[in-house]
Amino acid sequence: MTEPLNILLQILVFPGFVFTVALGLVASWVVRKVSALVQWRVGPPLFQPFYDILKLLGKETLVPQQAQRTVFMAAPLVGLAGVLLLSTMLWRIAFQPAELFVGDIIVAIYLMVLPSLALILGSSASASPHAAVGTSREMKLVMSYELPLVMAFIVVIIKTGGQISLAAIAEQAPVLSVSGMLAFLVSLLCVQAKLGFVPFDMAEAETELGSGLYMEYSGPLLAIWKLMQAIMLVALPLFLVTVFMGGFGSAGMPLAWGIGKYVLVLVLVILIKNTHPRVRIDQAMKFFWVYCGIALAAAVVLAMIGNSCGWTWL
Amino acid sequence: MWSLKKSVWVFHVNTGACNNCDIEIVDCLTPKFDIERLGIKLVGSPRHADALLVTGGVTAQAAPRLREVYRQTPKPCIVFAIGACACDKGIFTTGYHMVGPVDKIIKEVDPNAIIAYVPGCPPKPEAIISGVLKALAVL
Ligand code: SF4
Repeated sequence: MTEPLNILLQILVFPGFVFTVALGLVASWVVRKVSALVQWRVGPPLFQPFYDILKLLGKETLVPQQAQRTVFMAAPLVGLAGVLLLSTMLWRIAFQPAELFVGDIIVAIYLMVLPSLALILGSSASASPHAAVGTSREMKLVMSYELPLVMAFIVVIIKTGGQISLAAIAEQAPVLSVSGMLAFLVSLLCVQAKLGFVPFDMAEAETELGSGLYMEYSGPLLAIWKLMQAIMLVALPLFLVTVFMGGFGSAGMPLAWGIGKYVLVLVLVILIKNTHPRVRIDQAMKFFWVYCGIALAAAVVLAMIGNSCGWTWL
Repeated sequence: MWSLKKSVWVFHVNTGACNNCDIEIVDCLTPKFDIERLGIKLVGSPRHADALLVTGGVTAQAAPRLREVYRQTPKPCIVFAIGACACDKGIFTTGYHMVGPVDKIIKEVDPNAIIAYVPGCPPKPEAIISGVLKALAVL
């Protein structure tokens, strides 16, 4: 096969768009099914997320009269493009770590903010008071979890001896040390907030804001948001696996081991989602800045001590 | 639309019901009936909805709101008139404040609207679920 065709195939089919979307929809089915089982329900059938997307694609698109049309329509695409890039990057690191430069942790941090930024843009362009409240909460939430998340990655960078290339980080497993564990737990909560799952779903808040950020979206545009969420459900746990748990399936390790790690992170996220009530936005800010901040400051100090004394477990 | 039958997101509109029908609708969402296994989900915004569950005989105050909500729902969508009131004003037939029933108001906006009726005062959750499924089967 010729090289450009090969690359195109990688981007569009495997491990790019088609593969990630399919996996993401299955993952969102897992979320709904496990939640249902926790609540003693039967839960939706396996293909439910596919039906939902198909149905949304066939519906009418309504744009509110006062909305800023272009931004309103373009925002979902920006978000989707961002997560798609992130997931393709991570898959390449998982399957072909030796190939060229595929991206470092800083690129990944930027790409991970993109969906939230797109959401904020789109919903503030929709001229809806419900979406406006959702937008303001989402902005505060982004500000509160970004700081701990970056600090958690600083711990990882210290632990791995100053590496910022994802492929190099994926060869070590910082989670097997005290400071790495702390950083992992905090970033798990940050991922929870990024996914917009309970206890950090105040920007969507079905119960009091309708659906907050997504309020005015309908039809195909809503389908794109749903696809974006589905892909995030693949990309963010995968990112944690890459950064903290020694990669998805590097050379010597069987693929099942990588899948096991991914499922472990996903199930942890789902269980946190189902066993906690929603917190208020000010509580979330305090939690991330004060408690997570202190925990991570301790983790950074521990990691530095461990590095200088040669104690890898610290 | 084949996929619409498999995934129905409903939005609940109360247009002056006595609240009993609404309680029965909420009953459908409990783990006992678990309508999520049929792909039915309650959503918070009419823009996400495929079906409107309308209860009550439409008071003069509620009529413009019902029209607005129907306009805000992306088509194709189905309107379910839940309860005797919504179907034919029920015990409020002679009420001075009732301008309904639901189908009359909806047809003012869109004469070709798809409307399904689930009678009962109030209909049992089983009746509501079976009504929804029967309507989807003939769609
Ligand atoms: S049909 Fe009966 S239960 Fe339902 S709103 Fe009317 S009076 Fe109440």
